[in-house]
Amino acid sequence: MQFIVAEGVRIGVSLIGVISLVAVNALFLIWMERKVSAHMQLRPGPMEVGFHGALQTIADALKLIGKEMITPEDVDKLIYLLAPIVMFLPVLVSFVVIPFSPTLIIRDLNVGLLLIFAFSTLSVLAILMAGWSSNNKYSLLGAIRSVAQNIAYEIPLLITVMSIILMAGSFKLTDIVAQQSFLWNIFWQPLAFLLFIICGTAETNRAPFDIPEAESELVAGFHTEYSGMRFAIFFLAEYTNMFIVSAVATILFLGGWRGPILPPVVWFLLKVYAIIFLMMWFRWTFPRLRFDQLLTFAWKILIPLALANLIMTALVIKILSVV
Amino acid sequence: MMLEKGVEEKTFYLNLGPQHPSTHGVLRIVLEMDGEYIVNSDPVIGYGHRAHEKMAELRTYQQYLPNMGRVDYLHALAYNQCWCMAVEKLTGLVVPERAEFIRVITSELNRISSHLLWFGAYLMDLGAFTPFLYCFDDREQILDLLDRLTGSRLTYCFYRFGGVPVDIDDEFVSGCREFVKRLRSRWADYDNLVTKNVIFIHRTRDVGIITPEQALKYGVTGPTLRGSGIAYDIRKSEPFSAYPNFDFEIPIGERGDVLDRYMVRLQEMEQSLRIIEQALDKLPEGPTMAEKVPKRLKPAEGEVYTAVETARGEFGIYLVSKGDVKPYRVKLRVPCFSNLSVLPELIKDTMVADAVAILGSIDLVIPEIDR
Repeated sequence: MQFIVAEGVRIGVSLIGVISLVAVNALFLIWMERKVSAHMQLRPGPMEVGFHGALQTIADALKLIGKEMITPEDVDKLIYLLAPIVMFLPVLVSFVVIPFSPTLIIRDLNVGLLLIFAFSTLSVLAILMAGWSSNNKYSLLGAIRSVAQNIAYEIPLLITVMSIILMAGSFKLTDIVAQQSFLWNIFWQPLAFLLFIICGTAETNRAPFDIPEAESELVAGFHTEYSGMRFAIFFLAEYTNMFIVSAVATILFLGGWRGPILPPVVWFLLKVYAIIFLMMWFRWTFPRLRFDQLLTFAWKILIPLALANLIMTALVIKILSVV
Repeated sequence: MMLEKGVEEKTFYLNLGPQHPSTHGVLRIVLEMDGEYIVNSDPVIGYGHRAHEKMAELRTYQQYLPNMGRVDYLHALAYNQCWCMAVEKLTGLVVPERAEFIRVITSELNRISSHLLWFGAYLMDLGAFTPFLYCFDDREQILDLLDRLTGSRLTYCFYRFGGVPVDIDDEFVSGCREFVKRLRSRWADYDNLVTKNVIFIHRTRDVGIITPEQALKYGVTGPTLRGSGIAYDIRKSEPFSAYPNFDFEIPIGERGDVLDRYMVRLQEMEQSLRIIEQALDKLPEGPTMAEKVPKRLKPAEGEVYTAVETARGEFGIYLVSKGDVKPYRVKLRVPCFSNLSVLPELIKDTMVADAVAILGSIDLVIPEIDR
């Protein structure tokens, strides 16, 4: 009995914690993106609502909540309504295994990394559902692009991660952080880090890999027909995905919560937001790739590189273990 | 419409526009698509038709002048100039040299602002947002300069028959010189941010090639033509206004692809800067208006054709007068109409992303096509 109560409280607290983290993170990231882009573009960005526009996103979110949720005619209603939910729920699951500090972790599963990748892949399904059910050609084209892109970039992503797993010998995220006590993996595996960041940017559909929602070609891509809070949920999921990809990159390559003086959680968040800043920097600097160039890049360059990296890692580890 | 026949089941239609982020106006292109590839296309124009040619028949010569700032609002001063030249040719008014120089300076400034806007908007088509605001920052300086002189920031109506109404002062001259310096210092930034970018080159190299034959066949003019390697520029081939006084080059491309057209426009801005510098140096003294310009213009019977080089190509006015206070007929030869007509050949069998890149590279102003 006591066990059930304890577990219930634990689940409740974690759920509230995760949801508030997701909300606050998205609010902060959207503000950050607007500020980063603004300062890169010689303008101040939002300044009116709150200190330097800090509350701007809250105002925008309130506006979106107040909007009518339009369901266009001739959409496949069930799928159309399900798509934002399918997009958003898997994102929450990933937070279960992310270690923010040695103690701040909901469940330290021994297949933690696998769980994150398994659930983040589900977002492709949601995009496909949204694109297909919207009954709009732009949405459909966006969805098709998204599926092709995600398949192409998932493979090098997983191969890259495999080389880290070889070094740590575990899928458990805390083990991977523990293994970096001497030196962060980014110094052992600079190529893998580069590949991971590229694939991660593509996974989250961000520029220069944002072809599923390329606005100059496909208007808004797969979420063209979504409005109000449904649109906001896609938005929320995108920014939460960014956080997850950056968190995984931090754990795999930047030593997770490790760092001197400051508390572990602060170090963890600092590293995560540094990587997110890097992704924003990409977005506001580069033009967009063409669809076929994007796939060529993945299949012909990233996958061979990732494979070579994996084989080299395996060889070195084998030689070291023999010696 | 040409697309209605011979459609196979595996293709579908996509309406690019009339409301679409990268048509930059109300242009509609019906695309017949096979997946991501374009099988056939058909531009549909006329959404912005304002009957400018008919309006000319209902207004006096002076009253029609403001219309000229609104046909191609991005290079309005060249249109002003063309209309003034047409009427001056018809009535035999002689424009003082100083006025011609002021016309050249302001028109070249306007050309740079048009090219800068194109540069930013084009990169936005390619998915890079930041250069847009960089060039708007530069363009702002031109608008401020012209605003002070002409009183408007976009749809200028500045030249008059027989000269210009306002003389330029020292502040304008020093402002121009400062701007020339400032823009020159920006080329390196533009190069580093855009021109040397690998993704940008991949998106533009060997995309949308216009062969010289094609270009001549369709009557393509302006930077779009020069990108294909034909050095045709009205400012050189049929010099008008004060242009023979200046030393400048006509940049041309080699392959006729999107990147060449891009480079031609960038180099043209530099050439325009050169013209402005020379004009400021050589600026003659004297009046800015011809003497005795009649208040009520009533040219004798006759017809004239005048052409100027706008930022988009050859703009010509064919003007017929029957000796009335109003023109009998005005025909506007706009460059974008011919430039657009080559588009279906270019985007055949390309992907949507390329089609957007090619469409942007032609630099269309849709209200100008519709007139």
